[in-house]
Amino acid sequence: MTMNRRAFLGTSAALTAALGTPMIARAQATPRVVVVGGGSGGATAARYIARDSAGAIDVTLIEPQRVYHTCYFGNLYLGGFFDYDDLGHSYDGLAANYGINVVHDWAVGVDRDAKTVSLASGASVPYDRLVLSPGIDFVDGSVQGWSVSAQGRMPHAYKGGTQVELLRAQIAAMPQGGTFAMVAPPNPYRCPPGPYERISMVAHYLRENNPTAKILLVDPKESFSKQGLFEDGWNRHYSGMVTRIGPDMGGNAIEVDPAAMTVTIDGVVEKVDVCNVIPGQRAGQIAFAAGITDGNWAPVSAYDMSSKVDPNITVLGDAAAQGAMPKSGFSANSQAKVAANAIVAALTGSRAFPARYSNTCWSLLDTDDGIKVGATYEASDTGIVSIDSFVSQIGETADVRAATYRESLDWYRAITSDMFV
Amino acid sequence: MRSARALISALVLAASAATSSPLLAEGDPAQGEALYRPCRACHMLGDGAVHRVGPHLNGIIDRVIGAVPGYDFSDDLANAGAEGRVWDADALDRFLAAPRDYFPRTRMVFRGIRDEQDRLDLIAYMLAEGGRSDSAVMDAANIAIDPEIAAILAIAGDVPYGEYLSSECTACHRDSGGSDIPTIKGLAPSAFIAGMVDYRNGTREHQVMNTVARRLGDEELAALAAYFARTE
Repeated sequence: MTMNRRAFLGTSAALTAALGTPMIARAQATPRVVVVGGGSGGATAARYIARDSAGAIDVTLIEPQRVYHTCYFGNLYLGGFFDYDDLGHSYDGLAANYGINVVHDWAVGVDRDAKTVSLASGASVPYDRLVLSPGIDFVDGSVQGWSVSAQGRMPHAYKGGTQVELLRAQIAAMPQGGTFAMVAPPNPYRCPPGPYERISMVAHYLRENNPTAKILLVDPKESFSKQGLFEDGWNRHYSGMVTRIGPDMGGNAIEVDPAAMTVTIDGVVEKVDVCNVIPGQRAGQIAFAAGITDGNWAPVSAYDMSSKVDPNITVLGDAAAQGAMPKSGFSANSQAKVAANAIVAALTGSRAFPARYSNTCWSLLDTDDGIKVGATYEASDTGIVSIDSFVSQIGETADVRAATYRESLDWYRAITSDMFV
Repeated sequence: MRSARALISALVLAASAATSSPLLAEGDPAQGEALYRPCRACHMLGDGAVHRVGPHLNGIIDRVIGAVPGYDFSDDLANAGAEGRVWDADALDRFLAAPRDYFPRTRMVFRGIRDEQDRLDLIAYMLAEGGRSDSAVMDAANIAIDPEIAAILAIAGDVPYGEYLSSECTACHRDSGGSDIPTIKGLAPSAFIAGMVDYRNGTREHQVMNTVARRLGDEELAALAAYFARTE
């Protein structure tokens, strides 16, 4: 018995030496990673996996849009600080520079047993590891009277692209002295300071173009991200323009009528000129199709962002229930790098390093008045936990605020390079 | 031949600058002291000054550009020095007005000082505190490495670990650099570590960088420094 085994091991070792490259010789094919969703999580993951594996992994990115428009900085476009075209990014670099197979199609289903993703076109794409980074969808019935079919009248503008253009056009068409209303979302949602930066940017636009207009912010939440900083900014820059209706005043008991363009707050009907409805949110549809969700989101391990339901699936960004990180593009980009390292290590035997995450969210209040909040994070058995944090302070000098804004512009160019170049 | 010519022109320029710098007389060092405060984050000046993120500025007036020993200068500054150019008051004034207009590839992250009198005051302060290039504070004994930085420099950095850690940096730092966020690519380990140590212990203030640096141990800094030194 012992002899046989030793003889067998000896033969095997000789065979290995003769072949020289046992892994490749033995493998049926190059391992395949399929990434669904080409935003901050998916594009970053595809780029890092392809780059770090240097051809040892076959990477396919499935994304319906040919040009990706970032959701972040969409508010700066509304305020007139950023050109719409500058929000758009092509996938050409990922294909040309890293050999990523970019497929412009909708992923509509996942067969976890067969390990395939089905596409709207009818094709089926096999994977060894699947990365889902689908962003958000909206919770049906979250705002009474609103559904996705009403997004032409009352845009959400909470996914990048045409919805943001539509909202900008509606704001520009407001009558002098008209009312812009926003229905803010309940927690948790994408980009915690986003709705409030949007209020700041709309106020900026209106102050310059429609100074007698009013802003009505209807909010189901008691408090929100960087609240003191935002309210201080609104008082300093847009005094008297912004009215926030919190839950104590009925902000959690509202109904909208897209046909009549009204918002009913605690039974009182308000006629408005523009109504930006940002509904409650959940993971993108493909996470539900894959059967890896619990409630509205897909739970993941904090150590490598792998699904708690299926270890062959990784979930990144807004769609993941991971713990303490806010749902942001920065977070998704950070998570993607941890996941890419884990996936490349698992498929090629390269070194795996401990998970480490970070996030910063910049917001613009008015010209050269930027603020930020951020934290560093690590993995734990109970989820991602924050280990250190910072936030801008009320009363900072104009120089500090201007530097914070310039820093956000640098960050935008850096993260989009980190995703696409 | 080329270096001899460079040396001669350096001497000539240094001599002429030293004898005829009307600009130097127009600054008020007392006013310049406050203006120097932001510079202090990167540049030491006065007794005991050593290189930190930026080179020490003792004897900066009339010093050959990009040539002080022990500091890895950008090509623009090193080339200027090789051509024999010196930091006379006029060169400093133009550089401080718009660093990247004067030396496009400088690694110095500073937007510049618009007001001419402010620039002259700052130059006067640097002259008062750090003297001219031939003064006593320019003693080579002063060019020592901070022991905390030396300890990290002595660690053999784990380059693959550094590459992984660097992915946190690239969310904000582009290869080509931004208007405020500099590139870290190709940075000399001594400059990288000096900067990160200053962020880690809070002597250099920046909310994001202080938070990032606080969780980086010496092993991590050495790994990052080793990785960035290899990038180009």
